[in-house]
Amino acid sequence: VSNNVKITSTSTRGSRLLGVATLAGVVATLAFGLLISPPDINQGESVRFFYLHVPAAAGTYLAFLVTAVSSILFLWKRTRSATWDRLAGASAEIGIVFTALMLVTGMMWGRLTWGVYWRWDARLSSTALLLVMFLSYLAVRRLEGTAEQRARRSAVVGIIAFLDVPIVHKSVDWWQTLHQGATLKLKDSQINGLMLFSFFVGLITAVLAYLWLMMHRNRIGMMDQALDEHGLELALQERRAEAVRA
Amino acid sequence: LVAAKDLRLELRSRVALMQVLPFALVVLLLFGFGLDGNPKVLTPATPGLYWIAVLLSLLLAVGRMFALETADGAFDALRMSGLEPAGLFVGKALALLVELLILNIVLFVGVVVLYDGRLRSGGVVLLVTSAVLTSLGLAAIGTLYGALSAGTAARETLLPLLLLPVAAPLLIGATRAFEAAFGTGCDTKEGCVVELSAGWPWVGLLAVFAAIFIAVGLIAFGPMLEDA
Repeated sequence: VSNNVKITSTSTRGSRLLGVATLAGVVATLAFGLLISPPDINQGESVRFFYLHVPAAAGTYLAFLVTAVSSILFLWKRTRSATWDRLAGASAEIGIVFTALMLVTGMMWGRLTWGVYWRWDARLSSTALLLVMFLSYLAVRRLEGTAEQRARRSAVVGIIAFLDVPIVHKSVDWWQTLHQGATLKLKDSQINGLMLFSFFVGLITAVLAYLWLMMHRNRIGMMDQALDEHGLELALQERRAEAVRA
Repeated sequence: LVAAKDLRLELRSRVALMQVLPFALVVLLLFGFGLDGNPKVLTPATPGLYWIAVLLSLLLAVGRMFALETADGAFDALRMSGLEPAGLFVGKALALLVELLILNIVLFVGVVVLYDGRLRSGGVVLLVTSAVLTSLGLAAIGTLYGALSAGTAARETLLPLLLLPVAAPLLIGATRAFEAAFGTGCDTKEGCVVELSAGWPWVGLLAVFAAIFIAVGLIAFGPMLEDA
């Protein structure tokens, strides 16, 4: 109807390719995680939760980092644009999915290994806080007000919520409690080669899934913005067209 | 300049104190009822209950403070008076800090009377230091989020959702420091006695968080108010 709005689908050839790659990554992660990699000497089969748990954690960090950086870029006047706000919101939504995935897999693993779903351990607690803080971030994004006000408010909240990410990450070193420290290190990893490879498949898949979801969520955001800007115009045009016809 | 405004605010918000303080006492009573008035539960849990009462009262205090401001466009008038946003933030946070300190004193008397809280000798310094630092942090973050949610329709529901998770580290630190000061908490390693000295690292944590919240508030208050 209108020449201003050209986006009709959230996918492009690039995103479709990325989607196929993500799907292949998921299949590969499942194959390596569930079938090919050996059970752990100490933990047995329950170790397989980690091929999902650790990549989900990586996805969480990545997503919230993007939210924080985009928020800063929005608040900084020289780089202010609706794009950064859109990216920040999209990334936070995906980050919440990753956080929930990380918590759920971690809890199931904990039930098998520690005997309980939950312990008030520093990392578990700070991760739970991270989840609720970004949920409140989404609540702020839904506040009324102009797009500008909304973006500014949510940028502030997003940056503050992100301050918890380094706390989550370092919590295992600062307060040595139940949750084990980092297993994957760049040098001298004490881990079976095939298991390590399975981890990397999972990590790459998490990044691919993140990028793919981001592309789609970002386009939905663009459509939303276009609707905000041109929606009224469009409705007017339609009414006028009706009037002409009648 | 900021101090003068702060005083004016205090005079104005004395109305709020008349509701917030009784509310805090009601919370203390509710904990008593909810936990069956059992001193074996109440006395060890005193630090945690104390700070939860503070947090809940903080929500009311912050809500009242900014409801007053936005009611007649007083906030716009304040901003037009040419004050820096950072100055505004400091003034608001100071006013809130004073309110919180008064609240702390009342609550402290409350837990001593109602929950049979007993300070160990030498715990006073620890208690006061941690209470002041925690109040400072709470005042800073409360002011920032209060201003953020002020004037929006969802204020009552949004403020707790925003403020409580961020205040959680302060709750943890303050509770631990108070446990040391009261000598109540249970450390699994050494039975049920926490050393007095065990409270000081938590004071350090409180100081770090208070500093972070103040810094964030000073930086973020300006951009947030630009056209709020």
